[in-house]
Amino acid sequence: MPETLFSKVWNRHAVRRLPTGQTQLFVGLHLVHEVTSPQAFEMLRARGWTVPFPSRTVATVDHIVPTASLARPFADERAEEMLTSLQRNCRDFGVPLHDLGSFEQGIVHVIGPELGLTQPGMTIACGDSHTSTHGAFGALAFGIGTSQVRDVLASQTLALDPLKVRRLDVTGALQPGVYAKDVILAVIRRLGVKGGVGYAYEYGGEAVSKMSMEERMTLCNMSIEGGARAGYVNPDATTFRYLSGRPAAPSGAAWDRAVTWWSSMASDEGARYDDRVALDASALEPHVTWGINPGQSVGVSGRVPKAEDEAPEARAQVAEALDYMGFSGGETISGTRIDVAFIGSCTNGRLSDLREAGRVVKGKKVAPHVKALVVPGSNAVRAAAEKEGLDAIFREAGFEWRGAGCSMCLAMNPDRLEGRQVCASSSNRNFKGRQGSPTGRTLLMSPAMVAAAALAGEVADVRPLLGGAR
Amino acid sequence: MTLPAIRRVSGTALPLPGDDVDTDRIIPARFLVSVTFEGLGAHAFEDDRKAAGTKGKLHPFDDPRYSDAGILLVNRNFGCGSSREHAPQALARRGIKAVVGESFSEIFFGNAVAIGLPCLTLPREAVARLQSLAEGAPKSVLSVDLEAGTLVAEGTTFPFSIPAHAREAFLSGNWDGTSMLLERLAEVRAVAARLPYVAGFRVE
Repeated sequence: MPETLFSKVWNRHAVRRLPTGQTQLFVGLHLVHEVTSPQAFEMLRARGWTVPFPSRTVATVDHIVPTASLARPFADERAEEMLTSLQRNCRDFGVPLHDLGSFEQGIVHVIGPELGLTQPGMTIACGDSHTSTHGAFGALAFGIGTSQVRDVLASQTLALDPLKVRRLDVTGALQPGVYAKDVILAVIRRLGVKGGVGYAYEYGGEAVSKMSMEERMTLCNMSIEGGARAGYVNPDATTFRYLSGRPAAPSGAAWDRAVTWWSSMASDEGARYDDRVALDASALEPHVTWGINPGQSVGVSGRVPKAEDEAPEARAQVAEALDYMGFSGGETISGTRIDVAFIGSCTNGRLSDLREAGRVVKGKKVAPHVKALVVPGSNAVRAAAEKEGLDAIFREAGFEWRGAGCSMCLAMNPDRLEGRQVCASSSNRNFKGRQGSPTGRTLLMSPAMVAAAALAGEVADVRPLLGGAR
Repeated sequence: MTLPAIRRVSGTALPLPGDDVDTDRIIPARFLVSVTFEGLGAHAFEDDRKAAGTKGKLHPFDDPRYSDAGILLVNRNFGCGSSREHAPQALARRGIKAVVGESFSEIFFGNAVAIGLPCLTLPREAVARLQSLAEGAPKSVLSVDLEAGTLVAEGTTFPFSIPAHAREAFLSGNWDGTSMLLERLAEVRAVAARLPYVAGFRVE
């Protein structure tokens, strides 16, 4: 019987049915960072447990990294304690660590793919909801909490219930200036922030087939914002081309065996899905969020909704969002004044993201009232961008060029909004207070749109600035 | 390690209306800069509480009528967003012993089970009734019986739903599941040995 990738990967990793009725699932790759792991390692110590598969575990530091200066000790004593604790835990339990200062350090969801650790047909877990990113390779990747981090450290397995699978057919081709970020914002706008609860999203169709791996990562990254714990794309020639030659990827005869196995994990023709949704990519324009969850977005030529136009049930929530964001409802999203422009994060902090934003800002200047920063997703991204001269393009335009980390996506480091500042951001969440100021406001958009907003000092359509096709 | 079973939870209720309450709101990220979960209880909903204060309103978590409440009443998709276990930890450390709502984010739900905090699902109308009861009569005690699958309030019985595995975990004291996962490490190793990528696709 034809099967989905989800069921193939699930079945090959199932250890047994637990007495509670859940499945015990082997985790092929466990990614660890400093925020959600210290309590887990402490629990292992308390019970005398070890890590049975340290070579299937990889750690790095990303959330707390102060991207302006990496000098130790950090100014924030508690952040310093988190890093020293991660270093000690990795040493004590034999877990490889890509430490601060190493070339391999970066956001965990950027370095996993970069190093070739993330591969098709794997199960992947990490104490971070954006673990869904790794689904871009045709892996089943789950975000987990600290108690489950403890479970995976101690047993290399998770107790899980299977998910249903919803196939998202993204038909047609994206117009220039419209990106994977716009596709996922449109998906979440249509299906809602809870539309994916209980599902894994399988993304396919012409637009997805044509996407680069980095674009597919952006798409899968925000599955969780639509409520879907996992999202994936079936592995294909694009996937294999990306993996070829990466440090942890197989080579020689092993490479050929790998490609055969990886190909066999893709969903079969005629596989049954629990639900199917189609979206026409060619009709999409750049998207911008106006509210306080990632489902509250509008095309750049559109208007912020009015509470009274909404269905009675949705009215209160829209009114709450408008009030927080300072919109009265009915205004065009284009022209919304911004104070800060942030390019980075596990959603959009990769080389192609910086290239697209760089195309927009080259030879131009950031509006005088805007603080603009670029935070590469990893040291490798930073180095590759510098080799191409992107750092100079951004600096000359008036952007700050920073070290690698999560930075202002969630502001666990010193990069924070102040007061009610409005930030045009290439990150993934526009929740109240998300970017570090309890009253700060976030407008999510693609990196190219952030670049356009930085130049104009307000939300602006990037398409006229791009000229020519990509 | 078997933990104490959780069969019944009772207490007064704290109504927190609204859909899609995310974990950044439950516990803002700046409180995650720590290697322990200690002290999180005092910061639950800190920014929402301050925001309510500046508007001259009292956030339910600051309302003295609910200071001893043990059962949190929420609406749809509670706990969406970040996977931070700090969110249920903050609620539990604030004295919350069960969360009753219309629906929960999956990661939040799993985190809550793992720390012994039951999350129970009731239909919209039932949650609305309970929320208005708690608003009108904050001393009313709600009794949750996980074995029977019911919540009793003011003489009315509400059947709730909870995934079978979570109910079983609470009733058997297996809600902290690592020991269970460690029982058959040999089977885990056997599964690993059958996966070609574990050996880097090399053959003997």
